[in-house]
Amino acid sequence: MSTTTYGWLVLLFPLLGTLITAFGYRVLPGNSAGWLGTTAIFLAFLAALGALISLQGHAAADRQMVSSLWNYASTAGIDAQMSILVDPLSVFMILVVTGVSTLIHLYSISYMEKDRGFVRYFSYLNFFVFSMLLLVLAGNFLLLIVGWAFVGAASYLLISFWYRRTTATKAGIKAFVINVVGDAGLVLGTYFIFKHTHTLDLLKSFHAAETGAFGHGTNEGDLVAGCILLLVGAFAKSAQIPLHTWLPDAMEGPTPVSSLIHAATMVTAGVYLIARMHPLFERAPAAQDVGAVVGAATLLIAGTIGLAQTDIKRVIAYSTMSQIGYMIMGVSVGAYAAGLFHLMTHAFFKALLFMAAGSLIGAMGGEQSLEKMGGFRKALPFTYVCFIVGGLALSGIPPFSGFFSKDEILLVTGERGGWHWILYVAGYTGALLTAIYTFRMIFRAFHGEPVSEARELEGGHLHHAEVPRNPATGEEEDTDVGFPGPVHAIAERALPMRVAMGLLALGAVGAGLIQIPKVDFVIDDFLRPSFATAKGYEPHTKTGLLVIGLTLGTLLGLAGIALAYRIWVVGGRELKTSTAIRLRTRPLYELFVNKWYFDEAIDLLVVRPMAATGAFARDTFERVFVDETLIGGTTGIVRAGSAAVRAAQSGFVRYYAALLVLGVAGVGFYFLLQA
Amino acid sequence: MSIAWYLAVSAIVFALGAVGVMTRRNPLVVLLCLELMLNGGNLALIAFSRMWGNGDGQILAIVVMTVAACEVCIGLGMIVAIYRRQLPIDVDELRELQG
Amino acid sequence: MSAVLFFLAAIGVISGAVGVVVLRNPFFSVLALVGHLVSLAVLFLLLRAEFVAAVQVVVYAGAVMVLYVFVVAYVGGEGDRSKIGQLGERLRGNGSRPPAVGSGLRLGGAILGGALLVELLIALLGTGLEATSGYGAGYVPGPQAYGTPAYIGKLLLTRFLLVFELASFLLLIAAVGGVVLARRRGGLGEEDEHERFVPLDMRRPLGTGTTAEGVGSRTP
Repeated sequence: MSTTTYGWLVLLFPLLGTLITAFGYRVLPGNSAGWLGTTAIFLAFLAALGALISLQGHAAADRQMVSSLWNYASTAGIDAQMSILVDPLSVFMILVVTGVSTLIHLYSISYMEKDRGFVRYFSYLNFFVFSMLLLVLAGNFLLLIVGWAFVGAASYLLISFWYRRTTATKAGIKAFVINVVGDAGLVLGTYFIFKHTHTLDLLKSFHAAETGAFGHGTNEGDLVAGCILLLVGAFAKSAQIPLHTWLPDAMEGPTPVSSLIHAATMVTAGVYLIARMHPLFERAPAAQDVGAVVGAATLLIAGTIGLAQTDIKRVIAYSTMSQIGYMIMGVSVGAYAAGLFHLMTHAFFKALLFMAAGSLIGAMGGEQSLEKMGGFRKALPFTYVCFIVGGLALSGIPPFSGFFSKDEILLVTGERGGWHWILYVAGYTGALLTAIYTFRMIFRAFHGEPVSEARELEGGHLHHAEVPRNPATGEEEDTDVGFPGPVHAIAERALPMRVAMGLLALGAVGAGLIQIPKVDFVIDDFLRPSFATAKGYEPHTKTGLLVIGLTLGTLLGLAGIALAYRIWVVGGRELKTSTAIRLRTRPLYELFVNKWYFDEAIDLLVVRPMAATGAFARDTFERVFVDETLIGGTTGIVRAGSAAVRAAQSGFVRYYAALLVLGVAGVGFYFLLQA
Repeated sequence: MSIAWYLAVSAIVFALGAVGVMTRRNPLVVLLCLELMLNGGNLALIAFSRMWGNGDGQILAIVVMTVAACEVCIGLGMIVAIYRRQLPIDVDELRELQG
Repeated sequence: MSAVLFFLAAIGVISGAVGVVVLRNPFFSVLALVGHLVSLAVLFLLLRAEFVAAVQVVVYAGAVMVLYVFVVAYVGGEGDRSKIGQLGERLRGNGSRPPAVGSGLRLGGAILGGALLVELLIALLGTGLEATSGYGAGYVPGPQAYGTPAYIGKLLLTRFLLVFELASFLLLIAAVGGVVLARRRGGLGEEDEHERFVPLDMRRPLGTGTTAEGVGSRTP
């Protein structure tokens, strides 16, 4: 089978999974929908492996293949095929996506058991995987945009999955609206690029850019505009400042959804976009700088917010935001392989962290607040180990995978020189913050005095809340509708969850070994054909900077863990030390807890003017102008006219007779005049 | 007398009939005036037939008389029905088809 | 001689017409029309249309007008305009007055009729139709001469056969229609939406009701 056939198969299996689960909604018995969905994604993973093997069978120069099924749109100067592009970058992405998705599907079978929306869930999840695969496999801008939009739609569907919760539906809408802003940016950016390259095909577009479609210098106006608009799209999808406010709210969705979409795959679409469009970005360094700065800013801001959050899922969400900031920064300065490598390792340990968080929340009977958790070490040993593994990987401690990937990004950033040292410093500050907030979360949840739920679990009984509550607002909610499901699954008791988490933990631990600096360059070599024309793809790795970077990274990570230990473990259950710190840094704390007031700012600057405009349009413009003048006026004229005419229909026979005679007389008169 | 005289009589009868249709309120009388107009037309037809010398006008006059008879039949039937319903026999009052 | 006869007949025609229009009592109007018809028949004779004249007298004056007489006798129609108005008001209480267009139409009608007359006269006489100043075609007496029944019959059955058939068809329809319209109907009660036309407390005599009553499926 040819490589591109594998590519089409990768797309086909999740699509079939979606359709079968969707149409078999009523007939699929028990858990079969879950196993069906998982199998579909697993088959896609196998097909991706097939594509990988087949791809490596080609010579390096030939590894970018486009396959087209049919003519998708052919009008007015646009000639878009239904085509996929199979090259190392896309194969890398589909491997990551299908691999992690299979494990998450497996996890979900236990997690979503007995939830009334079980079949719907797997249908949506398969649809999401299909969309993401379409996005990364797209061979032209049109399919890319289609995949982009589908992913947004799937995200909306899954965030507001428990749609009886107002908080969930609001979060879904918020996510969708912000994603649409990004979509608009993406489409406009495509237009600016299309204006010069006159083609929507990706490879042809890049070729046109390289052969002078945008002039032979850099930073040509339209290209910069186009790239910045593409960045807008990337920022919205990847939750970077200022389009990031949807991600924490997206934690309203089920935990596996957060794990898949909002950690491992969808939010990495922005990173993929920038990496894919690198020929364009390299000719618009201004846009690259914008990306790098925003990435760095997000990394820091998200890190600081993570320090003050109390909802465990939101801590991990901000951590995601921060790590994506690293990736965006990485691909914006040209560290493509490093950025994508970090994407892969991050997918492993972040998905693992979310899964473990799901297990912990299950043990808490649905409660998500860190303030109510503590001392689960003995009750949830497997979950604890997973948290530790994920946390160490996230904090960049060797030999875990996060260490290698994160430090490589920072290395390349440092090598760029010039003003990029600011980003270098920001990156390491962020690493420190990462370690602190990650282990703050772990220590608070697992160390100290066990809370009542932990004690119950140690005794062998899984706690269930007497009254089901909305974890975000704490209000009582009605689960008679059948969801959220009554079963709270924990890893210790569910084999599928354990298998999934175990495999991810292995990845988190061992994935770094394939790209140790100066030792092996698996990812670099693999991705090279995709970045054949990229400037500075080869890592220069001055040894001095390398050693400094690696040691600094390790030290900062360990320092962060130690600091967290000191504050939250030694400080004790009553959090004496952390409360003291909080009081002393009151203004900073307020800033962090309120998420840097981004939500309020957006509300003030964007939402209220829009709402006011809408209200004005409805009350004044629509009512006065349209209803009364245009419509009312027209109907008024017609009505008056018809009333006037109606007066002739008096019903008097004699009147009609008179009109008849008058008519005859008139006609006769006319003819008399003629003659 | 030349044909013109007959035509003059026909015109006068026709006009009188028209006046009657427009003026009278009793539907029976209205129908009678309608008959008058028809008769005026008949006279004109016969006169012209005489002028040309073929019988077409006469045939047409017979047909007109037939039609007049049918129309009278129906019209009077309607008036009888109206009377039976105890509606006023007055064309000004019978104006349901207004507006 | 024919001129004298013409004038006599013409006077009869016109006075009959005037009588129809002017006379208050509809019965008198009918009688005036009968006179008018007979005079018209005389005019037809003068124009050598013997058959048509005969048909006129027999059918028109003899059958149609008799029908009219019957209906006028049955319906009555009090004829007087103001009396109708008063009777109508008494019957329905305080019904709406017919608007002024009715009364204004007398003057307007007269004017319009006058205008019509003038135009017709101009059209028929004033346009200089030379033929109308003649007496018409020559007359050749004989068994199938112009105007005889044989002549008309031959025309009807050859050139105007379709017209003949259609006219008979029309007569059939009219006959059936007249029967349907005028036959007895059952009680109308609820079907009559316009209460103001129905005398409220007057019980309907038997036999003035709906078709259902007529066919016996419903009692009044």
